[in-house]
Amino acid sequence: MQWSLLLNDYTFQNVIVGASLLGMISGALGTFAVLRRQSLLGDAISHAALPGICLGFIISGGRSMGSIMLGALTTGALAALVMLALTRMSRLKTDAALGICLSVFFAVGIVLLTYLQGTNNASQGGLEAFLFGQAAATLRSDLWLMGSITLGALLLLAALWKQAKLVTFDAEYARTLGIPATFIEALLTVMVTLAVVVGLQMVGVVLMAAMIVAPAAAARQWSRHLGSMVVLAAGFGVVSGITGATISTLSRGLATGPLIILTASAIVIVSLAIAPQRGLLWGVLKHYRQKWTLHKQQMLYTMYKWQLANASSHTRSQAQGLLWPRLALLRLYREGFLAREHSDRSYSGWSLTKSGITEAQRLTAVLEGKIQ
Amino acid sequence: MAIPDETGTALSIRNLTVSYHNQPVLWDIDLDIPSGVMAGIVGPNGAGKSTLIKSLLGLVPTLSGDVAVYGRPYAKQRKRIGYVPQRSSVDWDFPTTALDVVTMGLYGRLGWLKRPGRKERREALEALDMVSMGDFADRQISQLSGGQQQRVFLARALVQQADIYFLDEPMAGVDATTERAIVDILRRLRDEGKTLIVVHHDLQTVRTYFDWLLLLNVQVIASGEASDTFTIDNLRKAYGGQIALLNDTDALMFPASKVVR
Repeated sequence: MQWSLLLNDYTFQNVIVGASLLGMISGALGTFAVLRRQSLLGDAISHAALPGICLGFIISGGRSMGSIMLGALTTGALAALVMLALTRMSRLKTDAALGICLSVFFAVGIVLLTYLQGTNNASQGGLEAFLFGQAAATLRSDLWLMGSITLGALLLLAALWKQAKLVTFDAEYARTLGIPATFIEALLTVMVTLAVVVGLQMVGVVLMAAMIVAPAAAARQWSRHLGSMVVLAAGFGVVSGITGATISTLSRGLATGPLIILTASAIVIVSLAIAPQRGLLWGVLKHYRQKWTLHKQQMLYTMYKWQLANASSHTRSQAQGLLWPRLALLRLYREGFLAREHSDRSYSGWSLTKSGITEAQRLTAVLEGKIQ
Repeated sequence: MAIPDETGTALSIRNLTVSYHNQPVLWDIDLDIPSGVMAGIVGPNGAGKSTLIKSLLGLVPTLSGDVAVYGRPYAKQRKRIGYVPQRSSVDWDFPTTALDVVTMGLYGRLGWLKRPGRKERREALEALDMVSMGDFADRQISQLSGGQQQRVFLARALVQQADIYFLDEPMAGVDATTERAIVDILRRLRDEGKTLIVVHHDLQTVRTYFDWLLLLNVQVIASGEASDTFTIDNLRKAYGGQIALLNDTDALMFPASKVVR
């Protein structure tokens, strides 16, 4: 019963839809930012949106979402372009240019924010909510705006898909094919600003960077193609948005934005740990499996060589006390490569079975083929 | 497409100068590369070998100079040029397959909105087969060895069906087998009448691989037929003191470390 009540709740509906839209756009565009090693660009852009928010408020004279978004879009894109220009034309490296842009624009934003708070304009109340987001304040009209921006960005991405892919992978080569790589790069960068704008209301400018990076980073672990990575990143974004919003609503009073970010981070941690091929756990397992196989092969090889050298049909295990060799012997015995030898009712060692000899000969051939 | 022009000159460069932060990287390059040769560009580190290729392709801004491809400006002849960049110039952890990378070579031809289809896929597979990488078409590029990655890059240029190919150190960091395979492919292309311009770093193999040579050290030290150009005097001029150890011309011409076929 509680769920149906919840689903009919106006605020909850708005928050869920808004969080999903945010997840979708930031996941898709974040993929390109992450692959282009511009993860932190999202951070600079989102911080740079703050002066735009204040300017939009000043110019429109009220808390109209449209002008605030437009302002955020303008200063965010401006910061991104300044950053690109700084790295291209000066000797500054990307990280330095990023740091400068982020702090200068954010400082201007804070100055404007405190100026507005000092003017005693009643309607400015809650402008600082854009720092950390205020999901519950989302209106239906805001959703229409966020929805159109998301749709527009995704359509643009779909139309310029192959250019975006090639420029992300190899921009110089793209240029030799006559693709305007600089334009595409700038476009991909500015489009990150669109994601930031959608996230203003939900998670705010300070935490927005995580929304750009986290779904994409998680998706990279699971995908083999750029297409699947974009879809998966958008999916992870939506899942974290919905989960974070639901937890926040059910728990009463916990902030939505940070919960969305924490959910996304949890997905990243799980993906880093267990994703097939690329996950840490996978790597550890593979390492031990390979080591174990090598151990067995080495045991078989050694016994074979020993038998050849001594013309004896069985060997006494030299490694009685050691755990790993004994395990290897037992495993080889179970696989039918070894047989236990008993003479005079006492245990005397191991001998290679027929299939053991064949396997050892195969290994020897492979090994010697490789060495010579 | 392969219509060699009357003059037989594939590439002609006039007064090309490139600078980086007030430091000339290439100085007044004048050069004509004939059509249908396998040309090597050789010179010490920092001689501007890669920069030369990149400035010809318009990837690096030039201070002055004209470049003509088969007698016409580069911008109009883009479709006749293939480029194989240095393998290290991209991040191989990009989520894609070998076949997809090769298909990228066709993006220029496809125009703005058209997507690669079945025809493009077939062409890309053919190019992969040409570099003996057909079995790796669906392999993640991060799981390819260095030599295999280099072949994928080569296939991506092959699929362009260009007349002139620029290759930036295609033999860097690949094993002897791959190097031989790459050289064989390049020779086959040359025999089909294509022009290959290869930045190369291994002096020992210059004579065996190339029939035309440019010795470069910011300026053109010498250029022309490999047999005339690859002399100890010219090498001294290009490499300065660094080559002094190689007094013995024979050691240079008949390297002991490589198997000469």
